[in-house]
Formats: sequence, C-alpha cells, structure tokens
Amino acid sequence: MRAAWTLLKRDLQLAVREGGAIGTALGFYLLVVAMLPLGLGPDLNLLSRIAPGILWIALLLAALLSLSRIFETDFEDGSLELMALGELPLELVAAIKALAHWLTTGIPLALLAPLLGILLNLDIGAYGVLVLTMLVGTPAISFLGSIGAALTLRARRGGLLLALLVLPLYVPTLIYGITAISSALVAPDAFVPSLLILTALSLGSLVLGPIAAAAALRIQMQ
Amino acid sequence: MQLTGENLVLQRGQRTLCEHLSFAVTAGEVLLLTGPNGAGKTTLLRAIAGFLAPAAGAIELKGGDTEQTVGEQAHFVGHANGVKSNLTVTENLEFWAAFLAPKSNRMSHIERIDKALEDFNLLSLADIPAGYLSAGQKRRLGLARLVLAHRPLWLLDEPTSSLDDASATNLANVVNAHVAAGGLAIAATHLPLGFEPARELRLGRVAAS
Repeated sequence: MRAAWTLLKRDLQLAVREGGAIGTALGFYLLVVAMLPLGLGPDLNLLSRIAPGILWIALLLAALLSLSRIFETDFEDGSLELMALGELPLELVAAIKALAHWLTTGIPLALLAPLLGILLNLDIGAYGVLVLTMLVGTPAISFLGSIGAALTLRARRGGLLLALLVLPLYVPTLIYGITAISSALVAPDAFVPSLLILTALSLGSLVLGPIAAAAALRIQMQ
Repeated sequence: MQLTGENLVLQRGQRTLCEHLSFAVTAGEVLLLTGPNGAGKTTLLRAIAGFLAPAAGAIELKGGDTEQTVGEQAHFVGHANGVKSNLTVTENLEFWAAFLAPKSNRMSHIERIDKALEDFNLLSLADIPAGYLSAGQKRRLGLARLVLAHRPLWLLDEPTSSLDDASATNLANVVNAHVAAGGLAIAATHLPLGFEPARELRLGRVAAS
C-alpha cells in the first residue's frame, strides 16, 4: 500500500507542477458554457431548463481533453514499464493514476459547475444537487476514461479516437446525472434512486476501469 | 541462482528474430548480448522482463522467489530513462526508492539514495530539476535506479549510450560489485563495457522465411 501512496503523491505533485492540464480543462469548461447563451439568445426560461444538460455535457467534454494525459507521459519516458515491474499490480497502478486524474480534474470541474450555473440561470434549488451529482458521477469519467487512454496510447494523434471510444461509455452517467438534478426540482421521490444508480455506475467503473486499462497497457508495452 | 532460457522463439510482428535460442546465466557473471541491429537483443531483454511472451520456449529464474515473476525480480534499463523532468534529481530517486522497495524504511531509502547519487556522480546535480540535465546526465539518473532497491537480476539495454568514459567506468564498477555480490546481469551492447566476469551470446539474424 505504501507504493500506491507514493505513486498517488507523485502524480498529484506532477499535476501541480505541470499545472497546464487543470487550467486547460477549467478554461475550456468556462468557455463552452459562456458561449452557449450567446448562441441561444437571452431566453432565461429556455436557459434554465437546459442548464443541467449543458453543464453535464460540457463537463464531459472538458474532462475528455485531459484523459490522454493519464498514461501518456509515463509511457513516453519509460516510467510505466518500470512500474509494471514493481510489486504493485498494474491494475492498482492504473487505478491510482485514474484516481489522481479525478482528484485533479473531476473535482475542480465539479466545483466550478455551480459558478457556471449562474451564467445559465440555473434554478436556485438545483445548485447543491448539481455539485453532489457531479462529485458522485465524475469518478466514472476518470475510471472509464482510463480504459480509452490506455487503448489509444500508441495511436498517433489518438485524441479523436479516444473521444469516439469513451464518450458512448459516459451515456449512462450523463442520463442519471441529469435525471437526478431534474427530479430533485420536480419529483423529489425520484431523486434518491437516480443518485443511487449514479453511485453504482461510478463504483462499477472503479472496478472495471483499472482491470480493462491494465490489460490494454500490457498489450501496449509488448 | 541461475537464469535460463530454453528453446526460445522470439517474434516481433510477424518476423521471427531468433529460433531455438538457449542460454544460461549463473549468479556471479554477466552475459553480454551482441549482434547486428535488429538481431533481437532488445526483444530478448523485454521477453525476460515479461513485457512480451516468447512464441515458444520458457524463461526461468532458478533459485529465485517463486511468488514473483522474473520481471519483478529484475531491474530493467531500457532506451527510456523513466525520468520526470518536473521533479528534481533527488525527488526522482526518492520516488523510485519508495516505489521499488516499499517494504524498507525511510532511513534505508535515504542511505540508498545517497549511495546512488555518489555512485553515479550526481551529487552536484541533486537539487536540479531533471528537465535541465543533459542526455548523459539523464542516463546516469536512469541508471542510478539500479542501486535504489535490491534485485538479483539486472537487464541493461545499451547502458552506456550517451555516457562519457568516466561515467561508463562508474557503471562498470557498480555492475561488477553487483555481480561479485552474487547478482546476475545481462547487457545488450555494441561496445566493450568492462563488465567482468562476462560471457558473450552472439545473436544472428534469422533468414526471412
């Protein structure tokens, strides 16, 4: 377990020193959400109705930007091979790296979302629920995304391919994330089941993601 | 302790690199892999480390830990150094010491890091971000990993690339000390390395079939 902790600490330290990845994702999120009202016009009712959907979809796209970085630099400089020869199973290495991605991208994006909600006239009762569903749902983005990141490691300019592979996997998270928010406003009875399914999706990805990503990494390292 | 390969067939893509290759390295000696470019030196080292499975044959570390794979008992130094340019030289070493030897305590990590800095003449560079190092200095940092954690088998792929003469001598001293203490080493090389006692395994090219 000490090796896992060491790796997590190093990945967080690198994310802070490199800095760029977090800033890019947050800036992209801000820009997409800020541009939508410009395109749709100043209809406040329309904006507040579609706000949860916009905030979720823009968050998925912003997180997608930084997915390829989960394994890329370690693969290129040879660190990943050395980690594969460590005592820590490759599945755990993949899990730690996805966790570091969630801590440095998922959480900042989820915390930025309520600020952007103001731009879209999001219903005042929805702010707490929005952050809650995003904090619960974003682990699935990092852990499912790590599968795509591992699969496209050796593909030159694999960014678009990564989006094609990973976005369909995000559909359940998107559906239940939005259902949870809208039901909190309209039909409170349906809120808890939606949130529980969202949690289940994240927990499932926590198990499946690292196993699939490690299998893909083994193929990439051949 | 003995590392053996029996009747190995190694393939890269659809191409067969070597057939019916057998070798044995016993504790206390170095095996030098030589041969022309594309003969399969790197492929053989990667097969021993477990990155790719041989098409036929078996690789075994007799007298090793049966709970662990051969790769987990080996240090692998490939073409890439595994160096993070945003971390300082010491931070790079601290990470690998803690990652490769999680069971030993912090004091022994510090001792080993000091020894690594000294062995590879990195003391004056200890606090510099690795991104500012030259190619040869990065190589030395990559090689310094060898002494951070004890592993019986060392797999070295052209270890002296971009090293100056003095550093190559330092490396030879470290490898010879490891072998003298009962370790095993396999090095792929085109140059005389000064490793002793060494045997040579010459890989040839298999005619395309």
